[in-house]
Amino acid sequence: MDLLWTDQCFLLMLFVAMLVLVNALRKETSRNRLKFLFRKPLAVCSGIVLFFFLLIATLDCLHLKPVAADGDLSGNRMSVLDKLLAPLDKFYEKTYSAPMALTLFGKETVLKDGQVQQIYPRLNYPPAWIKTTEDRDKLVMGILRDSLLISVLCLAAFGAVMARRRGTWRMSKNLALGSLTFFTCLLFIISSWWLSRYFHLFGTGKIGQDIFYYTVKSIRTGLIIGTLTTLFMLPLALILGIAAGYFGGVVDDMIQYLYTTLSSIPGVLLITASVLSMQTFIANHPEQFSTLDKSADARLLALCLILGVTSWTSLCRLLRAETLKLREIDFVLAARAQACSAWYIIRRHLLPNVMSIVLITLVLDFSFLVLAEAVLSYVGVGVSPMTISWGNMINGARLELAREPLVWWPIAAAFVFMFVLVLASNLFADTVRDAFDPHHN
Amino acid sequence: MMTYILRRILYAIPILFGINLITFALFFMINTPDDMARMQLGQKNIKPEAVVQWKKQHGYDLPLFYNAAKTGTDAVSQTLFFQKSLKLFAFDFGQSDGGRDISFDVSRRMWPSLSIAVPALFLSMLAYIVFAMCLAFFRSTWVDLSGVVLCIILMSISSLFYIIGGQYFFAKILRLVPISGYDGGLDSIKFIALPIFIEVVGGLGAGARWYRTLFLDEMNRDYVKTARAKGLSDSRVMFGHVLKNTLLPILTGVVVIIPSLFMGSLVLESFFGVPGLGSYIIDAIHQQDFAIVRAMVFLGSILYIVGLILTDVSYTWADPRVRLK
Repeated sequence: MDLLWTDQCFLLMLFVAMLVLVNALRKETSRNRLKFLFRKPLAVCSGIVLFFFLLIATLDCLHLKPVAADGDLSGNRMSVLDKLLAPLDKFYEKTYSAPMALTLFGKETVLKDGQVQQIYPRLNYPPAWIKTTEDRDKLVMGILRDSLLISVLCLAAFGAVMARRRGTWRMSKNLALGSLTFFTCLLFIISSWWLSRYFHLFGTGKIGQDIFYYTVKSIRTGLIIGTLTTLFMLPLALILGIAAGYFGGVVDDMIQYLYTTLSSIPGVLLITASVLSMQTFIANHPEQFSTLDKSADARLLALCLILGVTSWTSLCRLLRAETLKLREIDFVLAARAQACSAWYIIRRHLLPNVMSIVLITLVLDFSFLVLAEAVLSYVGVGVSPMTISWGNMINGARLELAREPLVWWPIAAAFVFMFVLVLASNLFADTVRDAFDPHHN
Repeated sequence: MMTYILRRILYAIPILFGINLITFALFFMINTPDDMARMQLGQKNIKPEAVVQWKKQHGYDLPLFYNAAKTGTDAVSQTLFFQKSLKLFAFDFGQSDGGRDISFDVSRRMWPSLSIAVPALFLSMLAYIVFAMCLAFFRSTWVDLSGVVLCIILMSISSLFYIIGGQYFFAKILRLVPISGYDGGLDSIKFIALPIFIEVVGGLGAGARWYRTLFLDEMNRDYVKTARAKGLSDSRVMFGHVLKNTLLPILTGVVVIIPSLFMGSLVLESFFGVPGLGSYIIDAIHQQDFAIVRAMVFLGSILYIVGLILTDVSYTWADPRVRLK
């Protein structure tokens, strides 16, 4: 194992989330709210989709030690996901090819049998025994049939287990929809992985890179930006928001001044200014970031840090207002009358009561951050150009729409994957808000 | 009223000073002017003399806060903080690192920005209100449900998709409008029509969904029940009572962004080649022209604070119950 900084932070984040969840399950009220989530079909379905995204990102975060074999270029780290998708991570065609194609997208002039010919050159990746498109279609149909079979078998086995446990084959609508989503996702993952063994599933891009590989790798970047930002934002917002609300007076004034100032600067401009100065810093201190993927990783982490520092203000304001309300309620007054320390009151009485606001803000922010990554990469202040992300894919593929004939697959793949992730998280966030919002009934 | 506004303006000064300090720290203390010069001149093979020369040329060869070489007021005024940061308070933006006068560029470039942002704001307000009213009117029916789902789907699509897709479909396939560019006068309509349309559609999901909750909140009030009990028709209740009262929160949400319209939209303008302030900032970022970015951060913050003050003022105008003291 040779984890990058962002890997460590991401895994830490997952671990903390697990702890919080296990801790929450011990309490009656939070159990009830989670049950409410499980009763909503939309929440169950979108939660399952999110789970698969999370799984892929986690696999991609487990980086293995670079192999120092002599054929290996620059000792690039490989994640578990890279291993699963190998050799796509190092396989490059010459240039564009359409999804599932056997030949390049453009004609090339070659010398064949002493004659100059204009042909579509054959791709290197598909195995040589797939000669014609009929061969290909037969193989594809076979793979699709087999993966459907596997998924249906899994579904049937799951159904049988559930039926045995519940004593009936009848499923609640939720369970049925949930398992259906689960196995649709499974079908997609199995068949796309299988097909990617033989073809460039989503075609290749300008430098011949496999678009499927790039799209799947981007999931990690998107999720890291969506979650690690939280890691940096949460302590600031929690500590300052609760302190401002609870202590009042000078502390309150200072914290209010701080967040009013920060939130007065238009968000994009503040992020831009910070990222620009961070870029200059990394460019001028090359000795601290020895390899390319280390400096790209440092930039990703710094971007999360900057997004976190620029976006804690709204949560802080909400927490301050809520704490102001809570501290006047009788149970806090009673605790103060018994000379409980401020730290005790905050930990036992205030923190549990503002957790619902925190949770709602976090899930609502997540989809915003995933979308923001693409825009920031376009502006030129996003992740490093070396990092594989949807933003960089869209930015690089933007001009391909002007080509004739049209190269649509790189940009479409990035948009579709981003859309699915954001839609799932938006739907999930909606139900989380319904379940946890104290003012919303 | 006047004293209130005056107090708000005075209260804005420490905030602006803080913003000034933040941008100064970002651009001059984390990275020294030497770093900036190296960035501008290229990383490799630069002579120290070239760095000194560049700093002198752009006025970066001063100490940060206190100039020990000078006496009297010059000791404070001949510093980077005074020259580069405090002068922004007097709207003296100085010169960009490329050597152009920033104030001149801003005054010329704000009109194209406004020509897109103002119509886009009004049209999107209209579209959101109409759409949200429809959803609220048919609340808890399939119209409402499918409308909300549509909103969530629209929200989940990247804004870049709206721009790239719109440009491709309307300009390349249908050839209704030019792909990009800008022209003064009436000719500009064909250039700004598509950006405005995209801005309206791109915000429709989030906007309509938010306005719908505002409408629903208002429709649950007692006075609506009273109005219905009096026997008023649905449309009278909707337009006469609910719409009027909902306009209040909508108004306060909108007034705050009105001054910021000057800044235009970063991504939209650069995609459509509109010579506004948004694309000005993007160009500055790509050229690493920190003087422009610094000036724009300050300008944007001022406009936002003006927006906040205007919001409070518009509150008293729209809602007679609110009195500022």
